Amino acid sequence: MNSLLNVILTTDFAFSVLRVTTPILFAALGALISNRAGIINIGMEGIMLVSALAGVIVSAYTQSAWVGLLGAVLSGTLIAGILAFFTLKFKTHIILGGVAINMFASGGTVFILYLLSGDKGSSTSLASKVLPSIEIPLLKDIPVLGPILSGHHILTYLSIISVLVVYYLLNRTPMGLRIRSVGENPHAAQSVGVSVIRIQYTALLLSGFFASLGGAYMSMGYLSLFTRDMVAGRGWIAIAAESMGRSTTVGTALTSLLFGAADALSNALQVLKIPAELIATLPYVATVIGLIIYAISESRKKNRKLKTTAGK
Amino acid sequence: MFKVKYFEAIRTAAVIAIALIIAFLIISLVSDHPVKTIGIFLIEPLSTKGHIGNVIEMAIPLMFTGLAVSLLFRANMFNLGAEGIFYFSGIVTAALAIHLSLNSWLHPLVAILAGSIVGAILSAIPGILKAKWNANELVTSLMFNSILFGVGLYLLNYHLRDAKAFANVSFKFEKTAQLTKLFTGTRIHTGLIIVLVLIVLAHLFLYRTKWGYELRMTGVNREFARYSGMKTAKVIILVHLIAGFIAGMGGSVEVLGMYSRFQWTSLPGYGLDGALVAMLAKNNPLSVIGSALFLAYIRIGADLMARLSDVPSEMISIIQAVIILLISAEQFLKFWKNRMLLKEAKEA
Repeated sequence: MNSLLNVILTTDFAFSVLRVTTPILFAALGALISNRAGIINIGMEGIMLVSALAGVIVSAYTQSAWVGLLGAVLSGTLIAGILAFFTLKFKTHIILGGVAINMFASGGTVFILYLLSGDKGSSTSLASKVLPSIEIPLLKDIPVLGPILSGHHILTYLSIISVLVVYYLLNRTPMGLRIRSVGENPHAAQSVGVSVIRIQYTALLLSGFFASLGGAYMSMGYLSLFTRDMVAGRGWIAIAAESMGRSTTVGTALTSLLFGAADALSNALQVLKIPAELIATLPYVATVIGLIIYAISESRKKNRKLKTTAGK
Repeated sequence: MFKVKYFEAIRTAAVIAIALIIAFLIISLVSDHPVKTIGIFLIEPLSTKGHIGNVIEMAIPLMFTGLAVSLLFRANMFNLGAEGIFYFSGIVTAALAIHLSLNSWLHPLVAILAGSIVGAILSAIPGILKAKWNANELVTSLMFNSILFGVGLYLLNYHLRDAKAFANVSFKFEKTAQLTKLFTGTRIHTGLIIVLVLIVLAHLFLYRTKWGYELRMTGVNREFARYSGMKTAKVIILVHLIAGFIAGMGGSVEVLGMYSRFQWTSLPGYGLDGALVAMLAKNNPLSVIGSALFLAYIRIGADLMARLSDVPSEMISIIQAVIILLISAEQFLKFWKNRMLLKEAKEA
């Protein structure tokens, strides 16, 4: 137990929490926007995987990390666009559409990786680029806070800024108002002249945009290459984080941080003599427990509401 | 002329045709000998007795998980937990196949039953969470897949692993535990008979019993089913128990039928494929047979293609995604159905 505390109570650990939270946070913000518009985007995992691969490929061929990031974002948003087209135009069931996107991504990325590099496991033979980490002047010299907050990957900072952007977008702009009204009552929104389909397209594309930033971080920051199925459930954890965060921006950001901490803990605990296979399940166990707590509190709230309305 | 009642069948055929055309397009783009490669993909699975055997062997686990998932989908439960249960029940069965000593009748029976019961219990957890507190079964079941995989892999590495073998495999199963092969020259095993019986039973259950009726009604409209006096929470837990039992049995049968040691070090994927089988079968137990055979056919075709040509087998997952997207697309070819309806209305 002592050695456990020694692991957790360090600036290194707090630093790594932010590091592993980044992809979850991006994807959770994406899930938040589409959920607010009334569409549950199950394809997070697949979108992240495709953009992770695209970032590696584009940066390897152009030898520019920034063009690679652009490629990642464009291809992730494109996948979200395909999902939007099928679900909104062809009325494909949104959950099955998402499952299809994930299936496509997990095999399709290996397919393309093999065609380009002759390797089905990882992109070691592609000379891909990595986005930089930044030291923040002044902040980095502050004890404790400095080592925790400074020196992160540029996308980690972008993910924190994104929380503010998404909060502003959803709560302070006409677009955000339309997204929320479509999610809460599409018929009412329609009747006051909001184009429901167009708003839902926008929301899905935005959710794809954020998910692909998370994917790009996986292969151009968290690791410096692509490996098959490297997203490893982070897209799902993000969906759980969004639902546990009660579909608010602040709640989503905080629960993402919580799952990031569970993830970091499972990395840190590998120094102890607990089998790695069991420790690897920790983030998923945390997710299930979080979901259960959330579901119970939600159903209690609903019951209470039913009782008070019945009492009147 | 075409009748509206054949619409769904025609639509499914159209989806499969489109998927195959896309497969040909991909092959033509990436292969140096596209015609030869397409030939391998389409015909090679039928070329020898061994290859036909491969298709049927592959179809057995797909029928198990396809059946399990179609029952869940029928109850409108988007649960993809068959994946983890298939794996974990396989581990449980492997442990019993290694450590028990029974005669060759009882041994597989006990091992498979244990795996099935464990599957049912594990499946009940997301079911209860859904029924009682409306916790999203899709997310919980997917998290359970990762958890069951982690725990299963731990059991394999720490408790069942044969240190003398040069890979991450378990000790050898007792001979008495393994399932008998049905045909010489193939690896088709008695699991085929088990799953076919199970499919018929599921069909009778779904269409001939009160519980089956309640399950279907709950799937169509849970609120309505509840107002007409059905205990929908019980139905949801029941369907999870049955589906988990079937998926667990699938994992157990696959392990004892195809292998002499436990050797999965990653999730085998049959659970997610089961979702595709269920969708192709329109969640009908009897149709699961055909759609599992179809999926097994194109996957064996892709495997052989990867071995005999320059196109990797992962191509097939792109095709599978296209099939899911189009099959579940309500609007796809809808205009055509409307035209047929109009025409029939005019004739009548």
